[in-house]
Amino acid sequence: MSYAYFPGCSQQGMAAEFDRSARSVCDRLGIALSEIPDWVCCGATPAHATSHLLSIALPALTLAKVKDADAVATVCAACYSRLRIASHELREDAELRARVKEAAGVECAGEVPVRHLLDILCNDLGVAAIRERVKRPLAGLKVACYYGCLLMRPPKVVAFDDPENPRVMDEVLAAAGAECVEWPYKTECCGASLSLARPDVVCKLANDILREARDAGAHVIAVACPLCHTNLDLRQADVARQYGVRYEMPVLFFTQLLGLALGVPEKGLGLNRLIVSPKPVLEKLAAA
Amino acid sequence: MKLGSVAREKTRSGFLAEVRRRSGTNPADCYQCGKCTAGCPLTFAGDLDPARVMRLVQLGQRDAVLQSRTIWLCASCETCTTRCPQEVDLASVMDALRIMAREAGLTQAAREVAIANAGLLGSVKSRGRVHEMMLVLQQNLRTLHLFRDAEKGPVLMLKGKMDPLGHKRGARDQVRRLFENVARMEAAERAASTTPRCACSDEGGEA
Ligand code: SF4
Ligand code: SF4
Repeated sequence: MSYAYFPGCSQQGMAAEFDRSARSVCDRLGIALSEIPDWVCCGATPAHATSHLLSIALPALTLAKVKDADAVATVCAACYSRLRIASHELREDAELRARVKEAAGVECAGEVPVRHLLDILCNDLGVAAIRERVKRPLAGLKVACYYGCLLMRPPKVVAFDDPENPRVMDEVLAAAGAECVEWPYKTECCGASLSLARPDVVCKLANDILREARDAGAHVIAVACPLCHTNLDLRQADVARQYGVRYEMPVLFFTQLLGLALGVPEKGLGLNRLIVSPKPVLEKLAAA
Repeated sequence: MKLGSVAREKTRSGFLAEVRRRSGTNPADCYQCGKCTAGCPLTFAGDLDPARVMRLVQLGQRDAVLQSRTIWLCASCETCTTRCPQEVDLASVMDALRIMAREAGLTQAAREVAIANAGLLGSVKSRGRVHEMMLVLQQNLRTLHLFRDAEKGPVLMLKGKMDPLGHKRGARDQVRRLFENVARMEAAERAASTTPRCACSDEGGEA
């Protein structure tokens, strides 16, 4: 399988460690990613909240640049959702295809499937192959896998796992040796699209998620979205101010945890970029 | 009297029809079970809950809906769309309502959100990709929350998360043309749909 890789804007800024660790992990696992040349932003929520045509035309511009690949690979749940919805609608709606052609100046029929890295790991590579390559199992590490809202929704368009109780990330990290806890907030929304405009609202949602993860006994939270990551990691200080609770809960991209288990060296993972450091937890684990 | 109420009914069903056309889903299918509201993570912040929005759309309460905070505080998480037993795509309805509110100049209910949306799209239009640091600075300037999140700046710089020069650009000319084309096409489409029609063509009011 050959994958055309769409990193997404956050992965070259705030969440560069997501991009870096994803590339390192794919490298270890023999998954060949080639970055789509000159890709553009998916438009995220502001595009679909402003213009339907814009929200389809922006991803179409990127999708039209994909040549000779079996699938488009994404890591960010939000980019994944926008690209996936665009290609779905372009396949179904000939009139929209024509309008997008006029707007974007490119033809895109949405034929190359858009996939998320978790889907690729579970369904193309398989967890058995991951287990074979694990060098340092994450034994004793309790992880709350947080999927967020967009990775599995809407099921008519996404559908690679159960939208109410997804398992893919749990399976991947269990293969890496971690113990994934059962908890009820796997797919609750963190309010990401409101992060800039209404940090107060986002803090309430982040507080609920952090509390549930802690109460389920998790040492760390694993995420698959840079927006979830910012809200849960960076905003812990605001949560402490607004709710008086200091969680000190490390929030890692699932690729960072998987990378650790595969023996990727520190600099290929960017752990030092996290605001709440995972080092105390990891060191305790190593000492045990 | 009678004529007046007929005319009112027409505008009311006209609103429902417009929401249906723009969202690609039929709000009239909603039977008010409340499942969307039960699962919506943002009900605590809004002034209406999602089921109420649907009911008001059915009743043609254009102003109440377009002026509500809820349509802007909806985080597009798709929980409601996923769970609606009537397969109403509420997330699409919320998008359609935001677009209609913006066209009508009704963004006062949640100015910060409208500013944030415009800021992100501005960044995409000029660079092809988002520059996060610029977004935060712009948002604070435009909402006059000058020091919001200011204490995070040094932390983020230290961690290498905010790098003024870090962001690459992508296909800027193509993207700029795309934005211009979308604006032109939508202006033309709007002009075409608001041309006065003979009353009989309004019959039924549904697209
Ligand atoms: S879940 Fe669907 S049918 Fe039930 S109230 Fe919401 S929109 Fe209406
Ligand atoms: S998409 Fe909007 S209305 Fe629906 S559940 Fe999410 S926040 Fe609530």
